[in-house]
Amino acid sequence: MPVLLLITLLVFVLLHAAPGDPASMLLGQENTAADLEQARRRWGLDQPILVQYFKFAAAAATGDLGKSFRFSRPVKEVIAERLPATCELAFFSILIALTLAIPLGVWSGARPNSWIDNVGTSFGLFGISMPNFWLGIMLILVCAGSFHILPSGGRSTYGVAGAPQTGFYFLDSLLDGNWAALKDAMLHVLLPALALGANMVGILMRVTRSSVLDADTEEYVITARAKGLGDRAVLWRHVFSNALIPIVTVAGLELGTLLSGSIIVETVFAWPGIGSLLITGVTSRDYPLVTGVVMMYTVAFVVINLIIDALYAVIDPRIRY
Amino acid sequence: MPSSILESATDAPVATREARRARRLPLKVVVGGAVVAALVIVGVLSPWLAPHDPQYQALEAMLKPPEWLGGAHVLGTDNLGRDILSRIIYGARVSLLVAFAVVLISGAVGILLGAISGYFGGKVDFAIQKLVEVVWAFPALLLAITILAFLGQGLFNLILALVAQRWIQYCRVVRGQTLSLRDRDFVAATRALGAGSPRVIWRHILPNLLQISLVIGTFSMASAIISEASLSFLGLGVPPGIPSWGTMLADSRSYISTAWWLALFPGLAIFVTVLGINLLGDGVRDLLDPRLKRAMKH
Repeated sequence: MPVLLLITLLVFVLLHAAPGDPASMLLGQENTAADLEQARRRWGLDQPILVQYFKFAAAAATGDLGKSFRFSRPVKEVIAERLPATCELAFFSILIALTLAIPLGVWSGARPNSWIDNVGTSFGLFGISMPNFWLGIMLILVCAGSFHILPSGGRSTYGVAGAPQTGFYFLDSLLDGNWAALKDAMLHVLLPALALGANMVGILMRVTRSSVLDADTEEYVITARAKGLGDRAVLWRHVFSNALIPIVTVAGLELGTLLSGSIIVETVFAWPGIGSLLITGVTSRDYPLVTGVVMMYTVAFVVINLIIDALYAVIDPRIRY
Repeated sequence: MPSSILESATDAPVATREARRARRLPLKVVVGGAVVAALVIVGVLSPWLAPHDPQYQALEAMLKPPEWLGGAHVLGTDNLGRDILSRIIYGARVSLLVAFAVVLISGAVGILLGAISGYFGGKVDFAIQKLVEVVWAFPALLLAITILAFLGQGLFNLILALVAQRWIQYCRVVRGQTLSLRDRDFVAATRALGAGSPRVIWRHILPNLLQISLVIGTFSMASAIISEASLSFLGLGVPPGIPSWGTMLADSRSYISTAWWLALFPGLAIFVTVLGINLLGDGVRDLLDPRLKRAMKH
């Protein structure tokens, strides 16, 4: 909690001390000084920064993040509207990353210096070296521009999705039984999720490989082999389950990077999530909106780390808190 | 002929070969080092290497394809008729400057604070670690975006925004290492000889932290290049007047379907550079101390 308070104070002071007047930026140049003054008073910008901060913190404690200058709506509402898109994108990126990285890392670690290890290691190195926004542009170029097999941006084709219920298009289309909408949502999320998940594939693959390599020489593995267990059983039941802690730790840490990455990938794919909302807020000096989004990101990051800590005890029963 | 003589005759060249192989630099270091050296050379010599002025706008030659597709410029021209190869060559300067500045400044700040935190402990350690905790809670790019929203675009501001989070990596690792170093015999002996804390830290602790800092620095350089390009792509990093790989990619977005070369080459430059630096980092880590691999991992 103290960390969160310090973070909000830091963000608040940084944004409010920034040069440039949000009132004149949002109202335009043709307004009179009186109009600008009135707007500043209405948004509370005429008060000292610390007074503004304490008012914000007191309201935030009750769940009120203020009103967006740009959208003239409560920040909470604007964020809630965009959040499902970012969650959906993050979910599919993680899914892609785990599906590719873990088998590749386990096979590479189990057969060091084999052809599969060489392929896996190169794949990992490429993944961590690839700028996700460039990968996104290249995917658009090839899959949307040249072959026209996947859409280049957005969350759905106009008119295909039904009325939003939860904001999660996958869930909504399942609830409606609208299979065309489900397929459409899946096609739309594929490219941004691939672009966003590529770095995570690289990092997770490398960690999985080295964890498996470490665990492979442990005595319990030798014992399992001596008992006559098959290679596959030893690998997945003994080596992999014991290599999980570093994998989960890094996956958790990488979620933070993934959240950062979503800001830029959403911009490339015109994905209407909170990442692109943040950029809109920054360019229009929408203080309440930016503070709200930054707070959301940091709270999510802190909560993810807490969940990861709790997961350790599930993965390794020897760990007790 | 006795078998022992035969064995020693065949073993000797094998042993020499193995010794020679062991002395040879790993391939990762050679390839990665070559990429970094190329980046430095291209960055420093860009005014002599670039075939054209990177800012010159030949409006009659807008969006011309690369030479092998019939254009007059090696890698083609952009939407304002500027030579893409020259802009990539000049863009290396920005990447080089940002990468080295970020690594040096964040390294200096992080190593110093980490060493002080670990050596003194107590309230100093508590205060520094609280600061680390606050900054650590920000996803990296998010803090840089917030700082750049405050400071505005600019090369210096960009470096500052990137340093703001990167010093933590050094600080955390160096603090841990210092905690174990401060109780070693050689530190106790130096203190017994009358050396003050600054001297102990400067002469005896810091030199022992250089290896691990070098490894962190290499990886930090790669991430600084990607972050610089990302922020410039978002329009928050390098001002539009300065050619940089990130701004080139941002400019390319409107022409993806008509002029693919605008997006391909600057992105390839970033990718190859980062790949080279990561290879170098991996190689240096393995070369310096295999145990570092484990220390970095935990």
